[in-house]
Amino acid sequence: MTKKKSVLDFLSENTFIHILLSILLGFLVGAIFLLIMGLSPEKAYGRLLDSVTNLKGFSYVVVYSVPYIVAGLSVAFSFKTGVFNIGAEGQFVVGAMTAAVIGILLPDVPKPILIPLCFIGSMVVGALWGMIVAFFKIKWGINEVLSMIMFNWIAFYLSNFIAGLPGIHSDGSAEATKNISDNASMVLSKDFIKQAGLATTANWGILVAIVIMLIIWFVIEKTTLGYELKAVGANKYAAEYGGINVNRSILTALAISGALAGLAGALQLMGMGRRISIFSSQEGFGFAGIVVALMGCSNPFGVFVAGLFYGALVYGGSKLNLVGAPTQLINVIVGTVVFFIAISVIFRYLKYLKRAPKSSAQPRKGDVRS
Amino acid sequence: MTGFINSLGVVLYATLVYTTPLLYAALGSCFSEVSGVVNIGIEGMMTAGAFTGTVVAWATGSPWIGFLCGGLAGALFGALHALATVKLGADQTIAGTAINMLGPGIVIMISKVMFNSTDTIPLTATQKIPKLFTGLFDTTTVFGRFMDNVFATYASTYLVFIAVVVVWFVFYKTRFGLRLRACGEHPQACETLGINVIGMRLGCVTISGFLAGLGGACVTMAISTQFRPISIVGQGFIAIAAVIFGKFRPQGALIGCLLFGFCSGLKVVLGGSSGVNMQLLSMIPYVVTVITLVLFVGRSHVPSANGKPYIKSK
Repeated sequence: MTKKKSVLDFLSENTFIHILLSILLGFLVGAIFLLIMGLSPEKAYGRLLDSVTNLKGFSYVVVYSVPYIVAGLSVAFSFKTGVFNIGAEGQFVVGAMTAAVIGILLPDVPKPILIPLCFIGSMVVGALWGMIVAFFKIKWGINEVLSMIMFNWIAFYLSNFIAGLPGIHSDGSAEATKNISDNASMVLSKDFIKQAGLATTANWGILVAIVIMLIIWFVIEKTTLGYELKAVGANKYAAEYGGINVNRSILTALAISGALAGLAGALQLMGMGRRISIFSSQEGFGFAGIVVALMGCSNPFGVFVAGLFYGALVYGGSKLNLVGAPTQLINVIVGTVVFFIAISVIFRYLKYLKRAPKSSAQPRKGDVRS
Repeated sequence: MTGFINSLGVVLYATLVYTTPLLYAALGSCFSEVSGVVNIGIEGMMTAGAFTGTVVAWATGSPWIGFLCGGLAGALFGALHALATVKLGADQTIAGTAINMLGPGIVIMISKVMFNSTDTIPLTATQKIPKLFTGLFDTTTVFGRFMDNVFATYASTYLVFIAVVVVWFVFYKTRFGLRLRACGEHPQACETLGINVIGMRLGCVTISGFLAGLGGACVTMAISTQFRPISIVGQGFIAIAAVIFGKFRPQGALIGCLLFGFCSGLKVVLGGSSGVNMQLLSMIPYVVTVITLVLFVGRSHVPSANGKPYIKSK
C-alpha cells in the first residue's frame, strides 16, 4: 500500500519523536517557570549547556551517567518482562554496600581481582534482594510493589547500620564508611586526569555500562530466555498456555534486574563515591533509574542515551545556582518530560478515533498501552 | 508501674501523631486505587500539600486555611494525574512517577524563590494545627497525664479518624461507593448501566490528591513546624503500602497505618534513651510488615480493572 502518511500517522508511530517532543516541552515548561521567577531562561539554559559542552564538563557528565544508565537498564529489563522493579532503589543500596564492605575489608587484594570481586559481590546481593521479593510473590502471593517498597527501606537502614559498624565506619568524624581501598577504585590515574584535563573522578565505568547495555540487548532480543521473559511481559496467560513457566520467569527477571541495580551501586561507589554516607533519606538512584528507563522507552540503547541525558541534567543542574536558578528546575524539567511521554499515547488514541468506524470503535488490546 | 504508664502514654501519643499523615494519604490512595487508577504519585501530592499548607498558614496566620490549601494543592496534582491517566489514557505508573518528580520539584523551587532556602520559615504556635483538649486532664496524677498524652492531641488527628469512618461509610453504605467500587472492578459493565466511569475516576483521583495533600500538610503543620525537602520522603509510598496491606479497604488501611505509626512512635520513645541501635530499630516497621503479610494477610485482591486505562466505547 502506498497510502500517503498523515501527520497523525507519523506522530502515532514514531516513539523517538514523542520523546524529542516531550523533552522540548519539558524545557519549555522549565522556561515558563524561570520566567515566572523573573529569571532569564536563556541565561539558565546557556549555563546548563556551557557546563556540559567542554571536555571537563562532558567527562563529568559521563561519570555522573554511569549509575543512572545501569540502574535504568535494570528497570528497563524488568519493564520488558512485565514487572515494575520499584525495588531498584534497595537493590542499588545493598549492591553499593556489598562493594564497599569488600573494598574496605580486603584492601590488599590486587586490583585485577578485587574489582571483579566487588562487581560480583554487588550483583549477587542485588540479585538476592530482587529474588526475595519474587519468591514472596510466587510462594505467598505477596504484592511485589508493596514488598519492594518495604525492602527499599530495609536496605536503606541496613546500609546505615553496616556503615556504623566498627571496622567499616570511618575513623574520622565523618558519618560514613571508610574509603574503599585504592585497589577497588575505578578512577583513572591522577596524572592522566590532569594531563587530559578530565573530571577529577574520571573513571572507566562507562565501558562497563556499554558492555552491560550490549549484553542486555542481546539477552532480550536474541535469546530464548529473553523471548520467554518478553512473552510473560506481554501476556502472562498466553505465555503460560504456551508452556512457559511464568513463576520462574518472574524470578529470573527480578534476579537479573536486581543484579544490574546492585552493579549500578557498585559502579557509583567505585567510580565516584569512594565511601557510603549514613543518610537521612534515600538517595534515589533507583528511582532515577525508573525515570531513565521510561525516557529510554525500555530499549537498551535508548536507556543509554537517556542515562547520559539525565547525567547531563544532574551535573548541569548542580551549576544552575551560579546564575541564581534553583537546582530543582531539573526535577521540573524531567518530571514534565516523563509526564508528556506518559500522555504521548494520545496520538495513537486520536488516530484510532479518526480511523475507526463510528459504530464499532472498540480498540484492540494493543492499541493503547496498558 | 508509673513509669510504664507514662511511657505507654507517650508511645500512644507518638503513634497517633505519626499515623495521621499516613492515614490521610492512605484514604486518598483507597479512592484512587478502588476506582481503578494506580496512583503512585501520592508522594508528590503529599509534598505539594506539605509546602502549600505551611506557606499559606505562615502567610495568613490561620492553620485551617493553610490545611485546606494544602489539600487543594494536592488536589491540583491529583487532577493533573487524573487528566493524564483517565482522559488521555496515559500509563498510570509513568504519570505517577512524573507527579513524584514535579510535585517536589515545583514546590522546592518556589521555596527557593520565596525564602531563598529549601526550608520554609518555621510556623509559630498559633500557626500550627491546634491541639484539642489541652488542660482538660489533671496532669498531676498518673492517669491524668496518660489521658493528657493520648487525648490532648492535634485536631488533624481527630479529623482523620472521623474521615476513616466517613470513607468507610461512603464506600460500603452509599450508592456512590458501590459505583466507585464497581468502576474499579468492571468499568465496561458500569458504563452499560449508565454510570459515568470517566467522571467517577476523574473525581476519585482528584479526591485522592486532596487527601494526600492534607496528609502532607499534617507532617509540616503538626509533627514539625516547617517544610524541608526531606519532610515527606517515603511517606507516600508507605501510605500506598498500607493500602495494599489493608487489601484496598479503608478499615484495612487504618490497621496498616497504625502499624507504621506505632513503630515510628516506638522509635521516637526508645531512640536515644535505650541502647538499641537506631538503624535496626528503624527497620522494624518494614520487617514487621513483611512478616505480617506472609503470616496473616497473604494474597490481596487488587481491584480487577486497577491500572488499566478505560477507553470509553463510542
